[in-house]
Amino acid sequence: MVEIEIDVRGQTCPVPLVECRKALRKASEGDEIVIVGTHAASKKEIPMACESMGLEVMGIEDKDNEWKIRIKR
Amino acid sequence: MITMGGKAVLVFQSGDMDKLYSALIIGNGALAMGMEASIYFTFWGLERLKKSGLEKGPLSKMNFFGLGKWMVKKRMKKANVATLEQLMNDYKELGGKIIACDMTMEIMGIKREELREDWIDECGAVGTYIYEAKDADISLFI
Repeated sequence: MVEIEIDVRGQTCPVPLVECRKALRKASEGDEIVIVGTHAASKKEIPMACESMGLEVMGIEDKDNEWKIRIKR
Repeated sequence: MITMGGKAVLVFQSGDMDKLYSALIIGNGALAMGMEASIYFTFWGLERLKKSGLEKGPLSKMNFFGLGKWMVKKRMKKANVATLEQLMNDYKELGGKIIACDMTMEIMGIKREELREDWIDECGAVGTYIYEAKDADISLFI
């Protein structure tokens, strides 16, 4: 199991979603993706994308204007 | 395991800069959500597939001979919006398809070698579009 961290702080639509998808494509099954960002809409849209791809969101953290989403590939 | 599902098929006809943003953002969004995506470049849209033509489209409204476009571009840069080149590269990396309309190539006298062939998956006509779009979940004319 590898943990892959993606930093999309300061990026806007559609970059957080796209970078998350790119990371998921590169990851192997069982790997964990941790994505950190500031784009507000992506905080709910990344879990939506995970849901439509049948992936498990392991946690969503919020601190100031930053969010951190952990996904299991 | 990633479950893929659904398909978005877009027609990009206008050639406008702002509408190309819409097309590429929607295309990338669909791919990011686990869907397949195809964009058909036809008529004025095909101009954007010419070598160094991607960023050359006018603004669909209030272009004011390029002044409006310049202002919008400036604001986009300030908001840290991705460039069209970056969006196209992401779209291709995520497996998005680009189809160039061959009738437009004939009408406009555009040769295949004038286009960014590295982006284009195939040249096709209406049949190719309908064949792809008939079972699509999202289909848009932009």
